[in-house]
Amino acid sequence: MNPLERYEPLVDDAAAFRAACDRPLPSVVRVNGIAASPARVREAFDEEGVAYEPVEWHDGLFRLPDGNPGGNWPYVHGWTHGQEEVSVLPGLALDPQPGERVWDACAAPGSKTTQIADAMDDDGTVVANDNNLGRLSALRHNAERLGVTNAIVTNQDARNFSTKPLAFDEFDRALVDAPCSCEGTCRKNPDVVDQWTLDHVHGVAGIQKGILARAVQATRPGGTVVYSTCTFAPEENEAVLDHVLANEDCEIVDVDLPLDTVPGVTEWDGETFDDSVTRAHRIYPHHNDTGGFFCAKLRVGGDENTEVGA
Amino acid sequence: MTDANPTNDGQRFARLPEAPADREVEGRASRREVLDWWHERFGIDPSVFEGYSFWEKGAGKVWIFNGEATDPSEVEAIGMTFLRTRQEHWKPTGRAVSRFGHHATTNVIELDPAQASRFAAGEDQDLPEWDGDWGYLIATHEIAGGQAPIGVGLYLYDELRSVVPKGSRADLPVME
Repeated sequence: MNPLERYEPLVDDAAAFRAACDRPLPSVVRVNGIAASPARVREAFDEEGVAYEPVEWHDGLFRLPDGNPGGNWPYVHGWTHGQEEVSVLPGLALDPQPGERVWDACAAPGSKTTQIADAMDDDGTVVANDNNLGRLSALRHNAERLGVTNAIVTNQDARNFSTKPLAFDEFDRALVDAPCSCEGTCRKNPDVVDQWTLDHVHGVAGIQKGILARAVQATRPGGTVVYSTCTFAPEENEAVLDHVLANEDCEIVDVDLPLDTVPGVTEWDGETFDDSVTRAHRIYPHHNDTGGFFCAKLRVGGDENTEVGA
Repeated sequence: MTDANPTNDGQRFARLPEAPADREVEGRASRREVLDWWHERFGIDPSVFEGYSFWEKGAGKVWIFNGEATDPSEVEAIGMTFLRTRQEHWKPTGRAVSRFGHHATTNVIELDPAQASRFAAGEDQDLPEWDGDWGYLIATHEIAGGQAPIGVGLYLYDELRSVVPKGSRADLPVME
C-alpha cells in the first residue's frame, strides 16, 4: 500500500496532493547570516552566473533551478546552506534570541542547529544533540563550515538527556525535530514511501513522545518548545502532542507561519485528541509547492501570563 | 584543576589558562599566547576575540567558543576548531580563517580569479611575486564587493600550497 493513500481523507484535494508528492523539489539554499547578507549572496550569484529565484515568504532563501547548491563560491565561503524550504519553519516558530540557552534535541545533520545559531547572532548557547554518532560528524561539519561558534555538540539519547555535562540545567527554548516516517520528504527521497510500515509509525511515535516529554521537562517555565516532523501521520503528530499535554506541564500556543497551512486534526483512526492540537500546523505539498511538514509551538508551565521568551 | 601533576586529556575539553604563568598542563597554550599569535601573524586585534573562550582537546587542537560551558567539558564538540598548537609553527584552521580572516591585515594574499579557483580546488601554484612572509597565509579573493577569505595557504619557495582539506575542495568557475 502507498502510505500517502491513508492521508487522502485529511486533505482538501487528494488528486492535487498526490500529484504534488510525485513532483521533485527544487534545490533551495538558506543564507547564513553569520557570514553574509541575502544581498551579498545575490550579488555573488549574479557575478558567478548562478541562476536563482527568490522565495516569496523568506528573503534568506533562494531556489536554484539548476541544482548543485554546493558548486558555487557563496557555498565555499559558508554563506549558504542547502536546506529544504519547509524545514526552516520550526526555527522560525522557535524564534531563538541572542544570549539564550537553546536545545536542539535531534540535531543532525545540523540545518536547523545552524539556523538557530544564526538567529541568535551566534551568541548564547545552542546544545546540538543527536543519538547517532555517525550523523554527528555531518552536524559538526556543517556547523564549522557555517562558522558557528556558540554550539556544544552532545551524543545522548534525547529521551533521557542529562544536562550534567552543561553549565546550566534548563533551557529557554527547545526544538524537537523528531525522527519520523518522513513521507513528507517523498519529493526529495521517493524511497521513503516504499520503506513505510505501520509498525515503524507506532514504534517511532513512542520515541517521539519520550523526546518531547524530556524537552518540556528540560525547558524553564515560560519557555518555548517546538515540535516538528516531516510526516503526515497523526500517530506521530497530534497523538504525540496529545500525550505530552496530558502528562507534562505545557500547552500548545498559536504561532503564525508564513505559509498556507491547515490546523492539526482532532480525530484519527478512532482516536480523539485534545482540541488545542488545532493550533498546530499541517503543511501539505500541494498548498505551497513544498515538502510536507508538521509544526507546533508549546509554552512550558508557569502561569498564563508568563511571556514566552521573557 | 588541582591535580598534583595535571596532564592533557584527549577525551575532554579544558579551558586554556589566561596567561603562561597560569599554566598547569605542560605544553598547553594560554589564551594570551593565542591572541598574541593571531595579532602578530595576521594583525587581528585581540579585541575581536574578547567574548570568546578557548579550549584544548587532544594534542594541541584549540577550539573557540562563544557560549556557556563547564570546565572541563565532556562533550563531542565545543564551538569550532580554531588553531593547531603544540608544534613549531602554529597553524590556523581553514574554518577559523573563513570565520575571522576578514579582520586580518597582514599575511593576507589576494588571489586573482584564476588563482582563486586553483586554490579552492586544492592545487599548489607558483607565486614568486609574493614578497611577504613565508609560512601560513590567509588566501582571499574579490567577491560581491569585497575580499573574502578562501582558506589557509602555506607559502614556501615561491610557491603557494593550498592546504584546503580534501573534503572542502571545490571546482569553481573563474569569476572575471
